[in-house]
Amino acid sequence: MLDYVWLVPAFPLAGVLANVFLGGRLGKKFVGLVSCASVALAFASSVAVLVEMLALEPGLRHVERHVFTWFLSADLKVDAALLADPLSVLMMVVVSGVAFLIHVYSVGYMAGDPGYRRYFIYLNLFTFSMLTLVSGANFLVLYVGWEAVGLCSYLLIGFWYEKKAAADAGRKAFIVNRIGDFGFVLGIILIFRMFGTLDFGSVFPRAAEMFPMGSPTITAITLLLFLGATGKSAQIPLYTWLPDAMEGPTPVSALIHAATMVTAGVYMVARCSALYVLAPVSMGVVAAVGLATAVYAASIGLVQNDFKRVLAYSTISQLGYMFLACGVGAFAAGVFHLMTHAFFKALLFLVAGAVIHALAGEQDIRRMGGLRRELPVSFWSFVVASLAIAGIFPFSGFFSKDEILWDTLQARGPLVWGVAAVGVLLTAFYMFRLLFLVFWGKPRHGGHVHRPPLSIDVPLACLAVLSAVGGLVGAPMLFGRHFIKEFLAPVFAGGAGHAASAGHAAAAAAHVSAGAGAAHPVSELGMALVSISIAAVGIALAHRFYVMSPDVPRRLKEKFATAYSVLLNKYYVDEAYGAIFVRPLVAFAAGLWRYLDALVIDGAVNGSANTVAAGSRVLRRLQTGRLQDYALSVALGAVVVLLFWLTRW
Amino acid sequence: MGVTVSQYLAVSALLFAIGVAGVLLRRNMLVVLMSVELMLNAANLAFVTFARMLGGVEGQVIVLFVMAVAAAEVAVGLAIVLVVFRTGETTNVEDVSSMKW
Amino acid sequence: MNEYALGQGLWEMGFAAAVPFTLVALSAMAVLLADLWLLPSQKRALPWAALAGVLLSAASVAFLWNEEATGFGGAIRLDRFSAFFAMVFLLGTGLVVLLSSAYARREGVERGEYYALLLFGTSGAMLMASAVELVTFFLGLEILSVSLYVLSGFFRQRPASAEAAAKYFILGAFASAFLLYGIALFYGASGSTTYAALRESFGSAAFPYSHGLLALAASGLLLIGLAFKLGAVPFHMWVPDTYEGAPTTITAYMSVVSKAAAAAAFIRVFGASLSSLQQDTSAVLWVLAVVTMTLGNVVAIAQTNIKRMLAYSSIAHAGYLLVALTAAGEAGYSSVLFYVLAYVFMTLGAFGVVSLVRKGEGGADAGAEALDISHYSGLAGRHGLLAAAMAVFMVSLSGIPPTAGFFAKFYVFSAAVRAGEVGLAIIGVLNSLVSVYFYMRIVFLMYMKEETVPVRGSRSRAGWVALAACVLGTLLLGVLPSSFARLATESIASIF
Repeated sequence: MLDYVWLVPAFPLAGVLANVFLGGRLGKKFVGLVSCASVALAFASSVAVLVEMLALEPGLRHVERHVFTWFLSADLKVDAALLADPLSVLMMVVVSGVAFLIHVYSVGYMAGDPGYRRYFIYLNLFTFSMLTLVSGANFLVLYVGWEAVGLCSYLLIGFWYEKKAAADAGRKAFIVNRIGDFGFVLGIILIFRMFGTLDFGSVFPRAAEMFPMGSPTITAITLLLFLGATGKSAQIPLYTWLPDAMEGPTPVSALIHAATMVTAGVYMVARCSALYVLAPVSMGVVAAVGLATAVYAASIGLVQNDFKRVLAYSTISQLGYMFLACGVGAFAAGVFHLMTHAFFKALLFLVAGAVIHALAGEQDIRRMGGLRRELPVSFWSFVVASLAIAGIFPFSGFFSKDEILWDTLQARGPLVWGVAAVGVLLTAFYMFRLLFLVFWGKPRHGGHVHRPPLSIDVPLACLAVLSAVGGLVGAPMLFGRHFIKEFLAPVFAGGAGHAASAGHAAAAAAHVSAGAGAAHPVSELGMALVSISIAAVGIALAHRFYVMSPDVPRRLKEKFATAYSVLLNKYYVDEAYGAIFVRPLVAFAAGLWRYLDALVIDGAVNGSANTVAAGSRVLRRLQTGRLQDYALSVALGAVVVLLFWLTRW
Repeated sequence: MGVTVSQYLAVSALLFAIGVAGVLLRRNMLVVLMSVELMLNAANLAFVTFARMLGGVEGQVIVLFVMAVAAAEVAVGLAIVLVVFRTGETTNVEDVSSMKW
Repeated sequence: MNEYALGQGLWEMGFAAAVPFTLVALSAMAVLLADLWLLPSQKRALPWAALAGVLLSAASVAFLWNEEATGFGGAIRLDRFSAFFAMVFLLGTGLVVLLSSAYARREGVERGEYYALLLFGTSGAMLMASAVELVTFFLGLEILSVSLYVLSGFFRQRPASAEAAAKYFILGAFASAFLLYGIALFYGASGSTTYAALRESFGSAAFPYSHGLLALAASGLLLIGLAFKLGAVPFHMWVPDTYEGAPTTITAYMSVVSKAAAAAAFIRVFGASLSSLQQDTSAVLWVLAVVTMTLGNVVAIAQTNIKRMLAYSSIAHAGYLLVALTAAGEAGYSSVLFYVLAYVFMTLGAFGVVSLVRKGEGGADAGAEALDISHYSGLAGRHGLLAAAMAVFMVSLSGIPPTAGFFAKFYVFSAAVRAGEVGLAIIGVLNSLVSVYFYMRIVFLMYMKEETVPVRGSRSRAGWVALAACVLGTLLLGVLPSSFARLATESIASIF
């Protein structure tokens, strides 16, 4: 099966072609079926690859398959080659698996949409692009997937282009991503210049031999690549497209946020771990950006009232954790979190879709509430996903997030850990705020609740199971073995081992932490308890403010009628709590969102576009339309060229 | 005691410069066209001068080629001026500026 | 002398080197004559006659593919390089003829001269690429230019077309004069006008700098003339106006064939013959490349006429070509060849779509060309295939994989980086970032806006065949570029 790794991306592509050429004639059923089947086959083949790979010795788990020689000239040779190693196979399984569930879900969700066929063509193309991205064996194949993912996201976010916001969001996603791609392309060109090749198999091993620790070249390369990652994976400062991207159909958001697109940046950084460990400065930048994004986005998530927007900021924040992990050298932990996040974030979005579907398009959480009984599957799935993202034992997010926190503590000390822990608190708070507002309390929505079809509920249930138990593959405390880390070890060992020998603390931590579970069971367990407690505090706070305090106004009324002082006191407590703790935080977050987010960062992106456009309007005036001005331009140009030339005499 | 090569070249360069100035400054399209021809003839003069300096005939043959080319150019050029005049009732180059920016 | 010996004699004279463009010129004359004989109802055969000429010439190039010959006293040369460019020109011409058969008829300008002039222009371009002597090169340039002066003014009744022709003609002749003066100075400096003589007398690195004032001025003037043809800033001013006013198919032809011919001559003159000046040439080209790319891309953003936007885009692409020429060396020059080939497909395709779209029923000027960018709103809804083709070309022009434009740019920029021009490559990548903005705007309009003005696409089968070929070429060069890149490398190797 390893020889047929090309089948993994080939199936969705075949699905695209079938739907493009036959879908119009054979009708809706065919379109949905082909689309789902192609991704299912891709998933089946990636699982087959995984199984076969597990049978191999860990040292042999690196198979490159040359498909054809892509570009060959005097000094440039690029193969269209695919790579099956633990990292790419894991990504293939996660991407195709989650994508499959989202495809199935879409069959129900998009059933009434006039653009049904177009939707599935884009969706398959999107999956194909992402699978190409993760299975490429050199930077160019990676880049092709990278761009194709961007293009598909543009089409899918702007899918309902009749909505102006959707069309604008699609365009924004595309343009912001191009800014990141600018860095990414330069990084690739620089790699080509330095190494003379773009194959992973020759660049990574050679990097450590050719360049010393902290070499400025490698630092430049890694920073440029990371600029690309900030665009694709929505990190500061290029994250602004992601919250807008929820204008697309909800399953698309699920796909973008969970399996495809945004994880590309994390994957790329993890893939280039051998380069990153050589550049401590870049590692620092990655960690700092990741950490800042994690906390910043989480705080903005506190004040959002749009269901999907909360989830969007939560994605940005979780991606920040993944980069934090990479930045502290815990690449395996970052990829592990990527995996668990794929499960619970897909689930969260699909629930969001189910709820919005059930309420006929309502997205404002202030007009939801009390959906516990009407949508039981959605409700329980959402509970599982929320517990997972908050990091409550034994749900999947707990293991991955806890590991990131632990590695951060090891590598960067308690201060950085503390900041990351604040993010955990905020995460728990905004997730449960969402949960309580949507599913608890009294219905604040006016209408009838549509029961979702089976094709929506089944994927929810599957993902809920995965979100619940998916973390167990990386639970050293329970099994004494960390399967994910062991599995990924061959991919990262080279880099980490090298760094350790060079004595770099951050990277060494990654190396050490491979056995950390066994080495410091007590302290890690202790820290795990601390992080669970932090999350629990967040949940409790959310409960207090969104389950209990909605009653406050009513009780206040009763007080003036019956004067129950106990309740009055209770009210004061809540008020004090609110005034001291929550209000400033919420105000701060709202400020961040309103000013920093909207004005500074969005403004910078729009501003540079506007500057270029203004320059365009000025420069075009040079073209006066008068022939003799043109001749003058030629003559002046000629004089300048000739003068330059004659100075060489 | 004849005229030296550099003197011929100076005349040629002067002719070329006059041609350039004519293209840049004159407003009548026909005169502009003639100025371009002047530039070509400046080049012709240079060819002939060099031919004499080098003692070959190659340069003089080239001049014949250039004259043929120039004739073709003028024929097309006059036709274009005519079309411009027909569509716009003008031969002033300043009036031919509807397309810009 | 028997027939065989005659053939042998001609062959030894290097007649073979002249076969391809002679065939094109002969078919041009045949088309002109046929135009006199044919009844008006039979004139539909003209494009097919022209196409036959193109195919005939292409067959001769294919037949002579592995030959090398120098003919006419060392004036022209047949080698892989000239064969490559001949194929590019013939490909471009063939596609333009196909597009014209729909366009020219509808616009009422389908006359014999139209196709004859196209073929004459092509023969001039082929002469430019195979010339190894400056005057021959000049002749080729003039044949091409004079044909284009006439063709750009082919809409005799339209003021815009006349204006386009007038501007192009006067500026073109002006620039030709600079070029010719440069040739005269070269002749004075080296006593000959063959490239071989240039290489010989400039071979010693000391020469041009020690006493070659003439030679230095000459190479400067030559550079100016070629930069004008290429459309490099500040010699680019004719491009937007001429592209806008000329018949759309002629614009397509100009942007592809004329630019490629200039690039070919540039490589032969500056790359292969004046390589001792390379450092200084590159210094000038560096500046030209930066201002050309930047001005082209930035000004394109503000355009509202699609032909004018594509004109600025073609200036920008001239800038990318200049990046490759700055990089020089085999890598740089072979990337030029690859770029030119990719450019044929994507640019001809884009102009081809423009030539096939017109305003639909309802408006006062139904049937007129739909040239405003806003006319492309909602094209995808009405003409899915046309919009999809345009989207492919736009994606390719902005350099996004997996299309021809991506590899062309990648090849160019990596050649620049290889040559140590990292700064130039960065500016280039930044520029292609800017370019995405206006290319994707078209895609955005087509796919995500409602129709504002009803437009309809032509049903001309020939036009569709040409578009299909362009789409296919654009994708083929993006997915399987390898053999084309090798071809480019081999072609470059044949002139060094």
